Amino acid sequence: MKSLLRWESALAVLLVLVVVVGSAATGGIFLTGRGAFNVGSDLAVMALIALPLTLVIVAAEIDLSVASVLGLSSALMGALWNEGWPLEAILPVVIIVGALCGAVNGFLVTKLGLPSLAVTIGSLALYRGLAFVVLGDQAVADFPDSYTQFGTTPVPGTWIPYPILLFAVLAVVFGLLLHATTFGRAVFAIGANEEAARFSGIRVKRIKFILFVLTGAVAALAGIVYTLRFASARADNGTGLELEVVTAVLLGGVSIFGGRGTIGGVILAALVLGGLTDALIVDDIATEVVKLVTGLLLLASVFAPAVTQRMSRGTP
Amino acid sequence: MKRWEPLRKAIIVASAALLLAGCGGTTKSNSGGDNGGGQTQTTANPDAATAKDLKITFLPKQVNNPYFTVAQGGAEKAATALGEQLKATGPSDADASSQVTYINTAAQQGQNALLLAANDSNAVAPALKAARKQGMKVVTFDSDAAVDARDVFINQASSQEIAAGQVKLISDAIGGSGEIAILSATANATNQNAWIAIMRTELAKPEYAKIKLDEIAYGNDDDETSFQKTQGLLQAHPDLKGIISPTTVGVAAAARYLSSSSYKGKVALTGLGTPNQMRKFIQDGTVGSIELWDPAQLGELATYAAVALASGQITGKEGEKFKAGELGERTIGAKGEVVLGPPLTFTKDNVDKYNF
Amino acid sequence: MAVTAIRELGILIALAVVVAVTTIVNPLFLSGQGIRDLLLNACLVALLTVGQTMVVITRNVDLSVGSVLGLSAFVTADTFAVNPVLAVVVGIVVGALCGLFNGALVGLGKVPSLVVTLGTLSVFRGLDFMWAHGRQINAANLPDGFLALGSGSVLGIPYLVIITLIVLGIVALHLGSYRSGRELYAIGSNPEAAVLAGIPVGRRVFTTFLLSGTIAGLAGVLAVARYGTVDATVGNGLELQVISAVVVGGVAIFGGSGTVAGAALGALLLSTIGSALEVVHIAQFWQQAITGALLIGAIALDRSVALRVAARMRRQSRGVSA
Repeated sequence: MKSLLRWESALAVLLVLVVVVGSAATGGIFLTGRGAFNVGSDLAVMALIALPLTLVIVAAEIDLSVASVLGLSSALMGALWNEGWPLEAILPVVIIVGALCGAVNGFLVTKLGLPSLAVTIGSLALYRGLAFVVLGDQAVADFPDSYTQFGTTPVPGTWIPYPILLFAVLAVVFGLLLHATTFGRAVFAIGANEEAARFSGIRVKRIKFILFVLTGAVAALAGIVYTLRFASARADNGTGLELEVVTAVLLGGVSIFGGRGTIGGVILAALVLGGLTDALIVDDIATEVVKLVTGLLLLASVFAPAVTQRMSRGTP
Repeated sequence: MKRWEPLRKAIIVASAALLLAGCGGTTKSNSGGDNGGGQTQTTANPDAATAKDLKITFLPKQVNNPYFTVAQGGAEKAATALGEQLKATGPSDADASSQVTYINTAAQQGQNALLLAANDSNAVAPALKAARKQGMKVVTFDSDAAVDARDVFINQASSQEIAAGQVKLISDAIGGSGEIAILSATANATNQNAWIAIMRTELAKPEYAKIKLDEIAYGNDDDETSFQKTQGLLQAHPDLKGIISPTTVGVAAAARYLSSSSYKGKVALTGLGTPNQMRKFIQDGTVGSIELWDPAQLGELATYAAVALASGQITGKEGEKFKAGELGERTIGAKGEVVLGPPLTFTKDNVDKYNF
Repeated sequence: MAVTAIRELGILIALAVVVAVTTIVNPLFLSGQGIRDLLLNACLVALLTVGQTMVVITRNVDLSVGSVLGLSAFVTADTFAVNPVLAVVVGIVVGALCGLFNGALVGLGKVPSLVVTLGTLSVFRGLDFMWAHGRQINAANLPDGFLALGSGSVLGIPYLVIITLIVLGIVALHLGSYRSGRELYAIGSNPEAAVLAGIPVGRRVFTTFLLSGTIAGLAGVLAVARYGTVDATVGNGLELQVISAVVVGGVAIFGGSGTVAGAALGALLLSTIGSALEVVHIAQFWQQAITGALLIGAIALDRSVALRVAARMRRQSRGVSA
């Protein structure tokens, strides 16, 4: 626990560093309201999905299909809109379909006992494929301004993007769920030792199933945010985003073996990743460096705790 | 079945919400059109002085595409000639949404003008509109954005000329009769689809009556996918005589497959390709001829248009004229389009004269 | 052992069914050119599965193979102007260095492989982009002799297929008949027990990553020969195809069982299905969905077979003791 806290403070320091150096190097442009709006809009989708995925990884499972669920939700939105459905009906349907996608993953993992890594690599291909089946290669872009403004403009009078508002609400919900409820304690117990959790009366399968359903639903919600932000529904939206989301969660100090991690750490990690990416772009540093730095950060995130632990233990 | 209770409740609530929403919501038919969002139009002053030291951002579809590297060279040449500052930036993948961050950044940095080849004409529109409200001029080239989201579009060649030229080349190559196929980029690429539509009209003409278009395949502008789509086309249509690939990625991949397969010399190929990429295949006889405009001139013309816009010499209205250095005086056409000129045709005889 | 043999037979039958049905629809599918294309398409992924299988058997995973292949491909193509032989060597060495880095962190640093290789996936791709810097290297810049390696053949068998089979044969022999190879299975089945049994777990895991990287480097060199056009995006996203093939090929994702031959057959099956769908004119939109469904079906089937075998063994042992 101690080393974990240390990691979170390291992330916080890193975040301050990104903001200070970022704005100094760009002559203050980065720290303006518009700058903050851009960073917020850019990282919101990734950060949203990171929340439920944190719980999944704490429970020692993984879901790599999230970006495909996002794509399917975007494609479905476009297809139903083309069919003349009202958006007020499309949105709940899309979220339900996302939850169903999660339920399929959950069923395969909990009922059939299949490894989630393999299952969700399969459903990554399956859901993305279904997205193409639903919408083909079309792009649907005639969503009304009254809706797309939630993705493209800030809350009136401020520079806060609506998706960040949504993220803040869900962050509180998931934070409380993981850190202040018996459900959350059960999630940690499952991740730390599944056998022991089962013997102590925790309904392991049911909890894991719920986590997958939640992840699917939030990924679909993120698909809606994505579609409104770019005012463009496409089957290939968000391709490859799963690696970015997993990176954010792990960078936040969540153990890939489960049983350890905090929502706070993941929020900090999402802000660091999003802030760093935008700072590098605003600073006209070549795109290629962004990838390199992200990878190095992730390596540092697993390596630093290991090293500090070993040092504090005083290995000869 | 008690444990399914929460799920059942959720379904009931959701279906109730659906029913409610079903009667009278925001649908495609009642939402009405998008009501623009550009900046207020001022009048053009053709005699205004050309502003110096303008900050211009060059934003290609992706940074590692040699076609755009050549276009960037042309843009830099024009910027240097006029005394402006041009910088190139952009995403490493041609993902629909990846350009938005870079457009926002350009606006944030207070750039005077943006030269953009749009990956997705709609996805970039909201960001472009916001940037234009701040006074940034937007010139699209190669691939247009939504018309109300930019000032001027530099079209590489008229769609009619490109499409008709391609059909003529393949017809000549296969002796005027036989089955052909098209290997395109992505299925929602605006320019590709415009060309394919015109090709179909051309093929309906009596002089092409003996040519049959079998299939349109999409290689997604990805080298490996295009390569394998070519294989698929040739297997699926044993009597195929020719392929048109109006994309630089597709035509190069198709040529490589043909040159190393038993179809070499039996199946004709034409398309839009760069001389450097296609030289080898034109010289070894795999490909008879290809077409392309000079991407450097495209970048050059886009820069001149951007500077004229930022200097107030033009506003993007039809009929306005601006000077474009060696490219002469250009007139803005309908919908704010400027056409670069007829494409060049490259054959064995002239391909060595070009280096791009 | 018998179970894995049945597994490979299953893939072969599936393969035969796909090929037979497609050939009935379009006889060209099984022409000389058709078979050549099928094998060539599967080659690079099959080669990568050989390295990946070793890694997965030890209960690890290497997500960086696509990026290693890309980096090696660009460095190879770029070095050709200097010296062709050197270029091939450099490409393989680049792969080996990447593998060395992964292996050092996972095997010796004891950091989880999923996280390490997710990180190096970005790092190696970033290096690739920085090295390439927007350039593309075309067939015209590469010597004909080298390109012939990608498309040429001896006795009708493409060179690429021969190279893949040689690598596959060596690794299969090593895994099946050598102590150091068998130990990989022991590590994957039960890492703690493997340590207690005196197996140098760290060193073995380090070696599998080194080999996986080296093979990805070789695949990068061959990708240059095969495709002739190289930019910084070569091999992007390939890691998921490779892992899919390994899983369809019957290698357990949690280690301890599977063969390289099965994994390579998995790669061949997946790429053949892709080509078949195209030839029988099924919209390409369906391809990905079918691949995904197949992958899930394969692991579900494996699981039920494994459960049944376990149940039968329990019954048998009860019968003996009674």
